[in-house]
Amino acid sequence: MSDTTVRTAPASEEHPVPTGPWVWRYIILRRISQVGILLMFFGTLHWGWDVSKDVGLLTGNLSASTFIGLIPLTDPFAALQIFLTGHVLAQESLIGVAVVLGFYLIFGRVFCSWVCPVNMVTDAAGWLRNKLGILAIFHLPRGLRYFILVATLVITVISGVAAFEWVSPVGMMHREIIFGLGLGFTALLAIFLFDLLILKHGWCGHLCPLGAFYSLLGRTAQLRVRFDKNTCTHCGECAKVCPEPQVLNLKKLEERGYVYSGECSNCGRCTPICPEGSLMFDLKPLIRGHNAQADAIAVQRRTK
Amino acid sequence: MSDQGPVGLNPKRRDFLVKLAQGAALAGTGGLLWDYILHNEARAAPYALRPPGALDENDFNAACIKCGQCVVDCPPLILKLQPAGGNLPIGMPYFEPRTGPCIMCPDIPCMKACPTGALSPSLKKIEDARMGLAVIDIENCLSWKGLRCEICHRECPIKGKAITLETHPRQISKHAMFVPLVHSDACTGCGICEKACPTTVAAIRILPHKLVQGKIGEHYRLGWTFDTEVTQDFKAPEGQSAAPDAAVPKTAPGVDYLNQGGL
Amino acid sequence: MGISRRDFLKTSVAGATAATVGMPLSEQAEAAVKQSEKGWQWDKGVCRFCGTGCGIMVATQGGRIVATKGDPDAPVNRGLNCVKGYFNGKILYGADRLTQPLLRMTDGKFDKKGKFTPISWEKAIDIMEEKIRWALKEKGPTGIGVFASGQYTIHEGYAAVKLWKGGFRSNHIDPNARHCMASAVVAFMQTFGIDEPQGNYDDIEHTDTAILWGANMAEMHPILWSRITDRRLTHKPMKVVNLSVYGNMSSDIADLEIIFSPSGDLAIQNYIAREIVKRDVIDWDFVKKHTQFATGPYDIGYGFRPANAEKFHSAAEMEIVKNEKVRVLDKWEAIAQRRKEGEAVEQKNTAGLLPMRDWAISFEDFKTALEPYTLDFVAEVSKGDPDESIDAYKAKLKQLADMYCDRNRKIVSYWTMGFNQHQRGTWVNEQCYMNHLLTGRQSKPGDGAFSLTGQPSACGTAREVGTFAHRLPADMVVMNPKHRALTEKIWKLPTKTLNPAIGSHFVKQMRDLEDGQMLFSWTHVNNPWQNTANVNHWIKGAREMNNFIVVSEAYPGVSAKVADLILPAAMINEKWGAYGNAERRTQVWRQQVMPPGQARPDIWMMMELSKRFKLKEVWGEQKIPGLKADGFEDGKLPSVLDEAVKMGYNPEQTLYEVLYATPDNKKVAWPDPIAKGHPNITADLLKDGWFPEKALFEEYRQFGTGKAHDLAPFDVYHDDKLRGLKWPVHFKDGKWVETQWRNNEKYDPYCKKGSGFDFYGNDGVKMVMGDLDKPGDPKNTVDISGKAKIYFRPYASPVEKPDANYDLWLCTGRVLEHWHSGTMTRRVPELHRAVPNAVCWIHPKDAEAKGLKRNDLVWVESRRGKVKVRLETGGRNKMPRGMIYVPWFDEGVLINKVTLDATCPQSKETDYKKCSVKIYKA
Repeated sequence: MSDTTVRTAPASEEHPVPTGPWVWRYIILRRISQVGILLMFFGTLHWGWDVSKDVGLLTGNLSASTFIGLIPLTDPFAALQIFLTGHVLAQESLIGVAVVLGFYLIFGRVFCSWVCPVNMVTDAAGWLRNKLGILAIFHLPRGLRYFILVATLVITVISGVAAFEWVSPVGMMHREIIFGLGLGFTALLAIFLFDLLILKHGWCGHLCPLGAFYSLLGRTAQLRVRFDKNTCTHCGECAKVCPEPQVLNLKKLEERGYVYSGECSNCGRCTPICPEGSLMFDLKPLIRGHNAQADAIAVQRRTK
Repeated sequence: MSDQGPVGLNPKRRDFLVKLAQGAALAGTGGLLWDYILHNEARAAPYALRPPGALDENDFNAACIKCGQCVVDCPPLILKLQPAGGNLPIGMPYFEPRTGPCIMCPDIPCMKACPTGALSPSLKKIEDARMGLAVIDIENCLSWKGLRCEICHRECPIKGKAITLETHPRQISKHAMFVPLVHSDACTGCGICEKACPTTVAAIRILPHKLVQGKIGEHYRLGWTFDTEVTQDFKAPEGQSAAPDAAVPKTAPGVDYLNQGGL
Repeated sequence: MGISRRDFLKTSVAGATAATVGMPLSEQAEAAVKQSEKGWQWDKGVCRFCGTGCGIMVATQGGRIVATKGDPDAPVNRGLNCVKGYFNGKILYGADRLTQPLLRMTDGKFDKKGKFTPISWEKAIDIMEEKIRWALKEKGPTGIGVFASGQYTIHEGYAAVKLWKGGFRSNHIDPNARHCMASAVVAFMQTFGIDEPQGNYDDIEHTDTAILWGANMAEMHPILWSRITDRRLTHKPMKVVNLSVYGNMSSDIADLEIIFSPSGDLAIQNYIAREIVKRDVIDWDFVKKHTQFATGPYDIGYGFRPANAEKFHSAAEMEIVKNEKVRVLDKWEAIAQRRKEGEAVEQKNTAGLLPMRDWAISFEDFKTALEPYTLDFVAEVSKGDPDESIDAYKAKLKQLADMYCDRNRKIVSYWTMGFNQHQRGTWVNEQCYMNHLLTGRQSKPGDGAFSLTGQPSACGTAREVGTFAHRLPADMVVMNPKHRALTEKIWKLPTKTLNPAIGSHFVKQMRDLEDGQMLFSWTHVNNPWQNTANVNHWIKGAREMNNFIVVSEAYPGVSAKVADLILPAAMINEKWGAYGNAERRTQVWRQQVMPPGQARPDIWMMMELSKRFKLKEVWGEQKIPGLKADGFEDGKLPSVLDEAVKMGYNPEQTLYEVLYATPDNKKVAWPDPIAKGHPNITADLLKDGWFPEKALFEEYRQFGTGKAHDLAPFDVYHDDKLRGLKWPVHFKDGKWVETQWRNNEKYDPYCKKGSGFDFYGNDGVKMVMGDLDKPGDPKNTVDISGKAKIYFRPYASPVEKPDANYDLWLCTGRVLEHWHSGTMTRRVPELHRAVPNAVCWIHPKDAEAKGLKRNDLVWVESRRGKVKVRLETGGRNKMPRGMIYVPWFDEGVLINKVTLDATCPQSKETDYKKCSVKIYKA
């Protein structure tokens, strides 16, 4: 078996794509996370979920919130925009920014896959698009979102209001679920249809500046998807399910030994689907060691 | 040679430049559209009644992170976040006095909940809040018609300061009128009056100050409110008077007009 | 927003949240005010505008007026101002304020057709000197004239009269008050022998009735109107009657609105008198003790150019002007004057003082004269609104008469221009006194006929100082040898220095310029080429005749445009001053700021000019055409130089030394502690150590003292606590006390003990008895000492009435927002924004009938001229069909091109309220 044949091999009888509920474990966890966070906000507002007298469980929304009356959480991207309007944020917000930043610096772009409610919409659109086999009409560069990110900041300075926050479908959906319905859902419908019919992973993968922001943060993430080049059969199943397939560039994966790009949202789709178990969550400082072990094992196996 | 553009650029470079220009145009147009939408949203803001302590409209627009913590912490739950599609900027807290006026909590929990300072902690006493100003439609106010209503006056949390009653003779009968008057130096804009107003459509409304308040010229003081004494040691500024033998200028104010003729 | 947001990167971000919350807005505002008020220096002052005389306080900082406020201690206004008064602090600071003398020049030399060019004061006074010398040489003292003002400070007016009458021996000085108060003055003088109202503003708080005779007080005297309205709201019996030729804002609170036809007031007054007599509600006790019935000639003309009319008037104008010689009586006049319709009456009593002639008559004659003025007749003559039924109108007239006939009702009549600017202005003033005197309603709190004034010092300066062509201070006149002697004594002039011939009144000065009789004219504090009727003539007279026109002005207005030399004048707070308001209240102010650039006070200009003339140049023999007086050679003033030398003068002395900086005056030193540090630009520029305003005031005060015109010393008025005093002022128990109601023994110490009422102005006056048509035997006289006259004056139709061609009445006047010709108020951006242009109010049906609509630009055209103006069918004035109203503040709508220069023949005051015009689309 030459390398080249291996590289192009699809999943096969020999290497079946795993199925069953276990494969869905991250998706289920993500949904629990996304809905659970929403529920905590909603329950605190509407059902009085208090941890003690008059201290709500989680008040506010994704832009800024207070957890158990103690821990402030602030969306660093929103905070950055507000800073650029010229407003000096109160201390509480700054602490909140630090907390959230710290979290994402460790866990990477998990906001997009584990927290953001729009993800549920775009995931649904993506799933349906696959089912219906809708073909691409055109392509946009994935780098567009960084351009939009820069534009957000520039327009914020010019207009004096937080440019993305004022139109963000993410904030809209979240707020409207928690605080009451409005026309925000039309924006979501638009995203759904856009992702379904026009551009695959259109919103999250191409346009959303918030995602772009977290992608930049994601570069420093400690939680990573480790790649074991030794077992990979290059079947390509991972890339099929990945919403950001460019992060699974084999060459880069082999070079680094893990998904290097910050655009990876640690959604966990690829790890259970890999027939060989070549992709798995790991912590960055440990990856080198683990890959070295894997290499050693592979060498052993081959020499065997 | 024919492949090259008229200016002698090679086709690749030319393509690149064209794409760059197209990209820039797209970005410019998109950016302008975006900015336009934001400005439109912000323009809608002057009509919003904000929670106590809210910064001036522009600053508030900039500072509010739309988190809704004020909404959560508002004891009577009168605050709302504006959903998309309304006539106010999306996602910012506001209240509608006719259905839910501010009850003026002494500890101002909404302001305390605000993480960004958009509801400024410099507001120490709720009586100093200026959420808006009550305005009376005297054409449809029952009291201004002479009916003995004056509910707004009695319900006002700062009764006798924010809303006072004046008695006026009523020209068309033997009865005096008790007309309510709002005083901006005390009115917090809580809107309890608007909620309490018994007319079908409230005849007293809370409106943002900017929409209703005028300003007397800096050049004038109300004689009966500003005490002044004749200055006993007047100091004339030095060197005020133009010397009589100052050089004659080539032209002077009014000359052009005077010389243009026509009577 | 974008830019300011971008700026934040450069600035400290810290300040952003500090805005607006935490402190109540009021406290914030107050703190801001307190901060900005630090360093403000307050002083008392007077409103620059109307004759009401509201007190204000003025704040200055850094040599600029930064704020004003209504003076809460001022009894007139108690801290309030109208919206003009609100802007007192801004009128000084218009962008086109004149700051440099400007002379029409070509190639560096004066040229009547040249362009205005800045020159120095030295050069300005040089050319004035040169031109006055030329005019005196050519024409004598009658070749030079002054258009004086009711907006002069008292000091300025006094200095002007002294220079012109005492120095140049010219009586050609006449104020714009001629256009405004002259009819009231003549009526006061004829009826009471002394000028100015008996009552005061406090009448409002005592009366039961305010009757407005052609006075739209709601707009023209806004602060007094709020006092009347307060009385109307708080005093149940109080009624307000608004008599006017069109519906105006004063009707809003009026209980009775009577819209009468132009000149219909003459008939209405006589109807009321007839009712008083018929119903026998005359206060006989008062009438017998304190009054004398009188009348005068009816054939007094209309004040047109007496001679050479054809030479100056167009054929169209002559249709009207010919009435000056012969008047063909119309139906109404015939009845009213007991003559035949169509009778051609030669106007025999037009010249000189003939229109003023009067004689005593009996009550029976008086009663006979009133006989034609029945309700039916008067209603027909005077109904002004063609859409009102005659019965409804009659009911209103009857209601009005009922008020006068109710002896328990107190009545104050108010009037200004409706009466005064009237072809029979003196008559209608006197008719008003007639009804008040018949019912004993004069000089009593809450009872009296009260003449309001238009200008801030129409009373204080024009009348009391006497800047009229015939007057001297304190009601004295140049025709009276005793008055001249007294004046010469106070002024330390040789006997016969003063000219006994009445000078040219305001309109006559315009005519003198037009026909080349006057060669030098100087305008002070007013805008003659905008404010004089039939102004096309006068613009031509100024621009096309060989004469020299000097205009002292603060802003470039019409008169400045007409001038040859413009002198930049200091405005109110840029000089020391004093005004006298309509209720005899003298109020003063100090200089607060320096005038801008080379602007200078008028008084300084006069004094500088006076330095250029020596006694030997002006006090020699002078020709005065037409002079005829006892002790004078016809047509000549004698040389008084010899006597001057005897008095210790040197013929080489200048007028400045003799008239102004006299040894006595120079004793009044500047600086003076009364100034409290305030500057005095006049004293500073003169540099000879005296205080001109104070010295002249103290000198002027001598005229009225002991003659029922007493004023307090200068320093008393400058007391911080004092807000003016109503003359006559008396020193009593260590205090200066004002007089509330004159001629009433209870209030006026000049009244003889036990008299009750004493109209002492007529003391020593003997009247010839006569009948209704003529005076009788000159030896048969009656002494009217202590008495006022009750005149019978007939109805007379307006000289120009609408006809087929000129089918509408034109009435002109003011609006609340603008003062007079708008030179000041139109420089206040806020007032200009509020009322930018004059409009033409018209009844919507009249407009419709002519195919016109609101906002259409139309020509308003008369026999004399035309102007373009926009139509207004709604708004503040409700015109009856057949009449339009155009205010005169707007030089872009120079309505005085259209108006008629007919004057009351007695007062020479122009009738701006009625002439006939046509309008058509422009």
